[in-house]
Amino acid sequence: MSVNAFITETELEGTDEGPLSGRTVAVKDNISTAGVRTTCGSKMLAEYVPPYDATVVERLKAAGATIVGKTNMDEFGMGTTTETSHFGSTDNPAAPGHVPGGSSGGSAAAVAAGEADLALGSDTGGSIRCPAAFCGVVGIKPTYGLVSRYGLVAYGNSLEQIGPFAQTVEDAAALLDVIAGPDERDATTREAPDGEGTYADAADGDVDGLSVGIPTELLEGADQGVIDAFEETVETLESAGATTREVCLPSVGHAVSAYYVIAMSEASSNLARFDGVRYGHSSDAGGNWNDAFGRTRAEGFGDEVKRRILLGTYALSAGYHDKYYKKAQDARAWVTRDFDEAFDEVDVLASPTMPVPPFELGESLDDPLQLYLADANTVPVNLANLPAISVPAGETNGLPVGVQFIGPAFGERRIVRTASAL
Amino acid sequence: MTAQTVQRGDLVTVIGLEVHVQLETETKIFCGCPTAQTDEPNTNVCPVCLGLPGALPVLNETAVEAAVKIGKAIDASIPEETRFHRKNYYYPDLPKNFQITQYDEPICQDGELEIAVEGERRTITIERAHLEEDPGSLQHVGGGGGIDTAEYTLVNYNRAGVPLMEIVTAPDFRTAAEARAFLAELEEVLEYLGVFDAGRDGSLRVDANLSIVDGEEVDDEGRIGTEALEAANRTEVKNISSHKGAEKALAYEETRQRNAIQRGRVVEQETRHWDESRGITVSMRSKEAEKDYRYFREADLPPLRVSHWKDEIPIPELPTARRERFREEYALGEEAASKLTSTKQVADFYEDVAREFDPDLAATWVADELLGELNYRDLEITDVAGRLDAVHRLIELVDGDEITAKNAREVVLRGMLDDGDDPDEIVEREGLGKTGADEVEQAVLEAIEENPEAVADHEAGEAGAINFLVGQVMAKTGGSADPGDVNGLLREELE
Repeated sequence: MSVNAFITETELEGTDEGPLSGRTVAVKDNISTAGVRTTCGSKMLAEYVPPYDATVVERLKAAGATIVGKTNMDEFGMGTTTETSHFGSTDNPAAPGHVPGGSSGGSAAAVAAGEADLALGSDTGGSIRCPAAFCGVVGIKPTYGLVSRYGLVAYGNSLEQIGPFAQTVEDAAALLDVIAGPDERDATTREAPDGEGTYADAADGDVDGLSVGIPTELLEGADQGVIDAFEETVETLESAGATTREVCLPSVGHAVSAYYVIAMSEASSNLARFDGVRYGHSSDAGGNWNDAFGRTRAEGFGDEVKRRILLGTYALSAGYHDKYYKKAQDARAWVTRDFDEAFDEVDVLASPTMPVPPFELGESLDDPLQLYLADANTVPVNLANLPAISVPAGETNGLPVGVQFIGPAFGERRIVRTASAL
Repeated sequence: MTAQTVQRGDLVTVIGLEVHVQLETETKIFCGCPTAQTDEPNTNVCPVCLGLPGALPVLNETAVEAAVKIGKAIDASIPEETRFHRKNYYYPDLPKNFQITQYDEPICQDGELEIAVEGERRTITIERAHLEEDPGSLQHVGGGGGIDTAEYTLVNYNRAGVPLMEIVTAPDFRTAAEARAFLAELEEVLEYLGVFDAGRDGSLRVDANLSIVDGEEVDDEGRIGTEALEAANRTEVKNISSHKGAEKALAYEETRQRNAIQRGRVVEQETRHWDESRGITVSMRSKEAEKDYRYFREADLPPLRVSHWKDEIPIPELPTARRERFREEYALGEEAASKLTSTKQVADFYEDVAREFDPDLAATWVADELLGELNYRDLEITDVAGRLDAVHRLIELVDGDEITAKNAREVVLRGMLDDGDDPDEIVEREGLGKTGADEVEQAVLEAIEENPEAVADHEAGEAGAINFLVGQVMAKTGGSADPGDVNGLLREELE
């Protein structure tokens, strides 16, 4: 039975020969595919067909992958459950009746259900790692600048990266090998410092001598079942030769607030272009351009998107800019410093990916603030532009639990290696 | 206006300018689309300049080079690090509903430009100059055709993403004429730098702020305090597209405000639209609250570090310096020097001929003859760039005394410009080559022998007689002799 992982099913064949020949890949529906509609889970773009491929889609095709569909997601990436999609919710294949996480819930569900070998998602504040954890698959959020965002419909453009999902760490790393690397069409991409071998090669399970830091702040308030599963994971690493120690990230208590101010501010600007003039939903009510823009946006966007655009507009407004946006930028710098100091002491950081197991479908819809707080462990990574991987770490009451390993900038090999030891 | 002439009760006009110039680059500022003008709407477009979802800007280095050249020309500082910001507002010509521009870290800061108005030199402070993208353009169709009366409006994104430089002056102008002089000088400088084409439609757009303050606010150095400036209600005049238009619009606006003040009325703080065809400014929206553009950093473009480009990118000698040098080096008068440096092409051509021939002769031929004939035909020197070698040859013929100046001007130059012929061809075809000295002398002797009555009249002191003889010689030589020479030869023979 379908879990409604896809908004649009398709079959885009890549070249014959390549590292991904014969592999099927599901692509999140905020990543542009020439000739195949790219909806962002929104009524606004329900009929929008891009004339161009995102850089990562070009790279998938060149690597021989077959793209089998565009996956369901929270509208414009704004959500933790995939329930804000205009195209209905997605069921969790690993925990039926529960949400798959979000916002890349369709991509994680497609891989968990075996409807695709691999998938691409995007992660602005945890949107790859949360659904990976909830669906019991592997997801990687790369260092900001490692993967081109050209063709990724922006939500929080200073925070987000495209990244892979797979059943195994090695497969996820192999997909990262295909999509990573500088792109002249994205001025924020950078050449990663040289490392030994491919990312997939790093999945050798060798953690002997590795030092793992555990930020105590990221265990606070977590569900006991999640903590138990996390502690078992830590023991597994220790028995493989890793050393563990507690570290402090005092700033992360401010990370959720800072993250939402920055992401919403950027969203208020990034989503301004949806006015019905050139593409997307266009209200047929008359009136002058200002009325037409207003009606188009009132009709095309869902509640969560409107909430974030309004809050972001407010946070950037004269008189509030310094109180919110500027303060959030200061907090972002502080979070980055805390991570830098932690990586002076340890090789990787470990935490539960999500403080809670997956919610039941429909359970969390009424309380946005509670949902925002569930991102406490994932958003600091985006604020600091760092790479992180979420890997399955057992279950609690039959529901999947994920752990997250965070590395220093361009430390993808290190987190892949750590995760592959589980 | 100097400080001594201003007193309490006098009204002083204060003008500041925000000048938008399109930079001459092959491609747009954030994508590879051509900037060339085309009649076909929405053809020079791509995902980036249309603001399609997912498209990202990539900065065009040529636009940055142009900005650095401008920075050097106006003696501005170029900071170690400069950035782009988003200016957020909704408008149908703006594909992303935000404009990528520069905010508190512009590429050029604290520059200046010297102007001359009625022989008096003034230095105008340029507070900042920054890079940004041009929006698309709107065409209002049907109804009254105006922005509020049209049936519908079409959007053309060909212009969206053309690089713009916004140049903001201090409120340093006291007259409309000064503002015009500044704009003319600025255009000249930008054309010298090769970053601007004044002939391009819409390449210069000016917003002007104008207010009137009491003379007592002006200090001994002609400056006006910030408080007084802020206290005075000012109008922003938009839709000015030339330096001539700026002078007219500002003169109108100045009179309007002065009349209002003299009649005891308050000048509204508002934006006004310059209606070129009616020659008036009209109110666009009054009592508008300060717009909130919610500026914030454009994260898609990394910070720009180009201060060292200032040392690496050369700029040509600028008009003011070149004018001074021409006056000294070629002993030219102010007017000739000014004409000969009006564009870089004219100045380059002048130097080309002045180096080879007599600088005075070259000045006459370039500033008066060539520019005069071009002006009469409504042409620019750039329109005849391919004919300048021929003009050079023509000056050579005159300099070498091979044809008369009159023939060179009236027959050869006009023929060259109108029919595209070569000077030597024309001289040959029209038989304009100056007649050899022997031939002229022979003709002089013949004329004396054949006209004894005229010779007698001359000897009797009749002034017109010699002219008659000159005419006879000219007739014999087919007009190719120099009348002055002939006159001299006749007098020698008759003594």
